[in-house]
This record gives sequence, C-alpha cells and structure tokens, in this order.
Amino acid sequence: MNDMQPNDVAPNCTEQRIRLYDGSERRIFLCDEEVPYPDGKLIVSSTDTEGVITHCNDSFVDMSGYSEAELIGQPHSILRHPDIPKAAFADMWNTVQGGEKWAGYIKNLRKDGRYYWVYATVVPNKRAGVIKGFTSVRRKPSRDRVNEAQALYVEMKKAEVNS
Amino acid sequence: MKLKLTVSPDFPPEKLAGWHIFNTWLQRQTGLASHFDVYESYEELHSAIDAESVDLIYANAYDSANLVRDKGFIPLARPAQQADEVVIATSIESNVEKIEDLAPGINIATTADPDVRTIGMIMLEPANIDSANSQLQSFGSYPLVAKSLMKKESQAGFFLADAYDRLSKLIQSQLRPLVRSHIQLISHSFLLSPRAIAHKDTLQELLRNMAEKENGPRVLDDLDSKGWRIPDQEEVEFMIDLMSTLVSD
Repeated sequence: MNDMQPNDVAPNCTEQRIRLYDGSERRIFLCDEEVPYPDGKLIVSSTDTEGVITHCNDSFVDMSGYSEAELIGQPHSILRHPDIPKAAFADMWNTVQGGEKWAGYIKNLRKDGRYYWVYATVVPNKRAGVIKGFTSVRRKPSRDRVNEAQALYVEMKKAEVNS
Repeated sequence: MKLKLTVSPDFPPEKLAGWHIFNTWLQRQTGLASHFDVYESYEELHSAIDAESVDLIYANAYDSANLVRDKGFIPLARPAQQADEVVIATSIESNVEKIEDLAPGINIATTADPDVRTIGMIMLEPANIDSANSQLQSFGSYPLVAKSLMKKESQAGFFLADAYDRLSKLIQSQLRPLVRSHIQLISHSFLLSPRAIAHKDTLQELLRNMAEKENGPRVLDDLDSKGWRIPDQEEVEFMIDLMSTLVSD
C-alpha cells in the first residue's frame, strides 16, 4: 500500500510508521483533529475475501478524503488508525471469515491525517453458501459508546506494547 | 394460473387505488388473470406468504431479504430513481433541535413499516436511544404519527421521507425535522414467487418498458413512480447484505 504523502495532510501532523496485518509497513501522518460523522448517512464498502476494496459509496469517498479511484483495489487497511489495537482487527477478521457478523466502534484515518469515529458492522457476502467477500456499513456512533471504546482501546494498546 | 399480486402493507390507503389500477393494467397487458390482495398488517402478509398466496409482491427491503433468502423469491424490478429514506421529526414547540438533544426514555411514534423502524432507530443511536430504553408506539398512518408529535404524546416520530414530504403544509409547519437519511441503496422491489417463474421474462419486459406501453405513463403516475429498472441478482443480494448490517440480531 502507498505511503501517505506530506502534501496531502493537514498542518501539524506527525509522522509514524505502522505495521499492517499482512506484515507490511506504511508511513502515515496523524493529526489530532476529529471530523464529525455526517447525519443520516451510511458509509458503505465491499471487499474481496482478502480485504481489497471492490466497491465504495459516495459517503465513503467524502469521509475518507480519497477519490474512488484511489480506494478501489486498495486494502481496507488504508483507513487503519494506529489507535485501534491489533486485537480488535484480528477479532473482526476471525469473526467474518468464520461466516458471522461483526460490529464495533472504529477510529478511521483519513487521507489528510485527521480521523473520524464510526460504528461499523461487517457481514460476509455468502453466495450459494460460499463467502465471496465482505460488506462493511458504518454509521454515526453514540459519543458515550465512542468514549467507552476509546478507553478500552487505550488499555488494549498498553497491553500490546507490553507483550 | 391466477397471479396473486400484493404490496407490503406500508402504503397508505390513498395509494392503494394506484395498485388496483396497476393490477387491471397488468391483466390487460399480459392476458394473465391476476388479483390484487391487500393485507392490513405484516402478520397477515407473512401468513399469506407462508400459505403460498403471494405470487408477485412489491416488497420493502426488510421483507425482500426474507423472501429472497428464505422463500426463493426472484427479484424482478426496482424503482428507477426512488430510494426509501426516513425522516425523524419532533414537535415545532419542542426544545429539541438535533438528534443528540433527545434522551433515553422517550416515546417514539412510528408505523409498522420495518424499514422505517430500522433506519429510524439507527439514526437515534447517537443519542444513546435504543429499543430497550424507549417506547415505540405504532400508528396506522403517517398523519397519525404527526398528530402524536403535535399532541406531544411522542418526542420523536419516524416517517418514510416521501410520506413526510406529502404531509400538508399545515401539518409540516407544526413539525421540526431533525434528520433525514441519505442511504440511497434501500428501496422496495418487485419479487416473483418461484411458482410463477414462467412469467418472469414477460413481467420484466413489461415493467422495464412500462412508460412506452399503452396507458403505462398514466399508471406510473398513479403509483407515483418514475419507472422501473431490472436489477441483477447480485444487486439485490447486496441490498440484503446491507439490510443485515442494520438489523440487530
């Protein structure tokens, strides 16, 4: 996956390198500024069984900051924010690859280094009993639930670092 | 075979006349005998489906999911333009200006339409409101939902957006819309029972080209429709997957 570019990001971003689920590394830029989730909208995307984006809607494009052309064909981890512990993503992948629905609160990283919180639900696309891909639908989360998730993820990240 | 046509019971009585006219038009165009049945509740509709008394249905997304996945119904057509969106409104005299101003414990006025309920409840989540900490009261029509808000018996009301827009100016002036969904992917669909599969091509050709058929434009007007398009199976499967992310287990 391509590194984030300094020219694309908001002022006062800090640079980091993160290791992704497949073992690869990516340079990212982070800015401590939340973009509010738009009222009434759903962010929708589909991936193949490897997590590569095959479809996304206009709300996905608007909130991620990427163009549709930049998103299609990229791993969904293009939105991966380092504040979300690896265990949360592992739980999601294990659940949906096992054919079940997964839901949780996720902080996503935008192309400009800012972030947005969502309540995400991911389902396997089963066709004739075979998983052909996954559909993820994100909606506006409760701020209280986000605060709870954030506190939990801080603890999980501490445990991650110490392990 | 007599084709038994129905619609999800989320259409107000004044819209059912259009469906009776559609049924007559369908018979003339196809030469098939068909009968339009009206079910007043979802319980009645689901019993009729179980009793194999429905061959052709214009179903909301929630029912479409069950009919396609569990009953083997075949997607025939979807609206060319309209998607089913939802408005949440409150009384104009309320202090509530946005969804987050609402609090758990409220009364919610709605109809029996499961799509509207599902989308409405999702849009209340930012206020920490769910079905366990609020009271849903079901009304037979959207004007009655509005009346409940105006009488301050309910603090939030769910409306199909089309129905909200059709409320009289006087009623709308008594309400404050708090949020309108922009999902764009959820709509009603024409579905055909597996028993009637022999009529699939005829019906699809008729629906796709309805605007060019004799009296087609007038009947479309009666249905408030801009016409139909033929979805592929994957498009409908995708909508069903999407619905499954929205309903709680």
